[in-house]
Amino acid sequence: MKFLCVECDQQMIFEQRQLPGDGTLAAAFRCPQCERIVAMLTNPMETQLVSSLGIKIGGSEVPGQPLELVRSSVTSGREDAFEDQPDISPAGPRAESTDEGARRAASVVWSLAAVERLEGVPRFVRGMVKRIYTDYAKEHGISEITPAVMDRARSDLGLEGM
Amino acid sequence: MTIEHRTYADLTTPDTSRMVEQVTTQHERVAGRLVAVKACVAVMSGKGGVGKSLTSAALAAAAAMRGLDAGLLDADLVGPTAARMSGVEASGLVVREDGVRPARSPAGVRVMSMELLLEDGAPLAWKEPDSESFVWRGAQERSALREFLADVEWGALDLLVVDLPPGTQRLIDLHELLPRLDGVVVITIPSGASEGAVARSLRLAGDREIPILGVVENMAGYACPGCGETQALFPGDAGARLAEAHGAPLLGRVPFDPEAAALAEVGDLATLVARTRAGHAIGELAASLIEALGRAA
Repeated sequence: MKFLCVECDQQMIFEQRQLPGDGTLAAAFRCPQCERIVAMLTNPMETQLVSSLGIKIGGSEVPGQPLELVRSSVTSGREDAFEDQPDISPAGPRAESTDEGARRAASVVWSLAAVERLEGVPRFVRGMVKRIYTDYAKEHGISEITPAVMDRARSDLGLEGM
Repeated sequence: MTIEHRTYADLTTPDTSRMVEQVTTQHERVAGRLVAVKACVAVMSGKGGVGKSLTSAALAAAAAMRGLDAGLLDADLVGPTAARMSGVEASGLVVREDGVRPARSPAGVRVMSMELLLEDGAPLAWKEPDSESFVWRGAQERSALREFLADVEWGALDLLVVDLPPGTQRLIDLHELLPRLDGVVVITIPSGASEGAVARSLRLAGDREIPILGVVENMAGYACPGCGETQALFPGDAGARLAEAHGAPLLGRVPFDPEAAALAEVGDLATLVARTRAGHAIGELAASLIEALGRAA
């Protein structure tokens, strides 16, 4: 997908992706010459089509998770389908764990309110969502995940329904 | 008025939406995950109800019982049965940093199936817009299959058996996703109706230059548990006819065996392979397949 500023005859540069939470998507592109910005807006069906390919316009800020599309898209998944490691607690992951995920998460703490909110996410996808928020916090130098951080990550990463 | 401007191909700067790059990365991830898999074989049929899933599961079990490291990927996302037949219960697949550990069956087969992920009795349902699902559903299922290939920790395998659903589309998906598909095993029952449907699948495999490792005629007679004789069940000899028409070997003829069916129902494939007439036929089929793969390697 490329956008051309016809007036300048310049290929436009991807700037930003927004997912307002209603199933639609907005991707903004900027002309490097005249600085004009245009937005491509997709309806829910078009957004879903892109999502079905397992790709994100503009790429992703955080690493992909195992079975990310399946876990984030299947609505009839069983609660105990996955055993995600490590378990989380308000104080962070279990100190004795040697799992790589635990080491990665070790520098990020979850507030009680954030943990409570996470517990509202279906178990089928909860562990993955937790990893994504943790990666987002690490990526942005955030030491404590709060509901506000979750809101920001959700908007930035397009974690609808998570 | 026509607006004059350059086209996509005229623009030489890379695609900044990074969509092409992500698709390339997806393919690389599949290839990387399967680098230690020596052979990947699809089991298919153009027709439903020919016993394809049981043959796939028993084939993988027979291979494992012969000392091979075997895996079974259930590519039937809508009607998955491989886990139950393999004796694997759905409970807590371990998710690690880079992948999901497959379940392991009592026969030692590494198994991945949508059956392990869905609520009991629930259909596969996707988070979706209200309408027009036909536009994206195929892409979604293809992506799920890609994730089963790329994100499951298959490890080093001698043989990965992929159980395809009825029809031909999933073979195309699989062929496009895999860096190398070593071949297909095609299942038919003896009837002429099956022959016609399965011939289309064989034709497709040939058109795509996928090696046809052989044809299996399933339900080739009824193995009576009372008298011990095998009696005719369906008219016809579709297995032999398809094999001859497509220049492929007839790998085996597997009788319908009530004892085998009962063992598959409880997921006891080890006993099925070891002690039933259908199992013995599948064991021989596994041996023929392993030999054919060895010749091709």
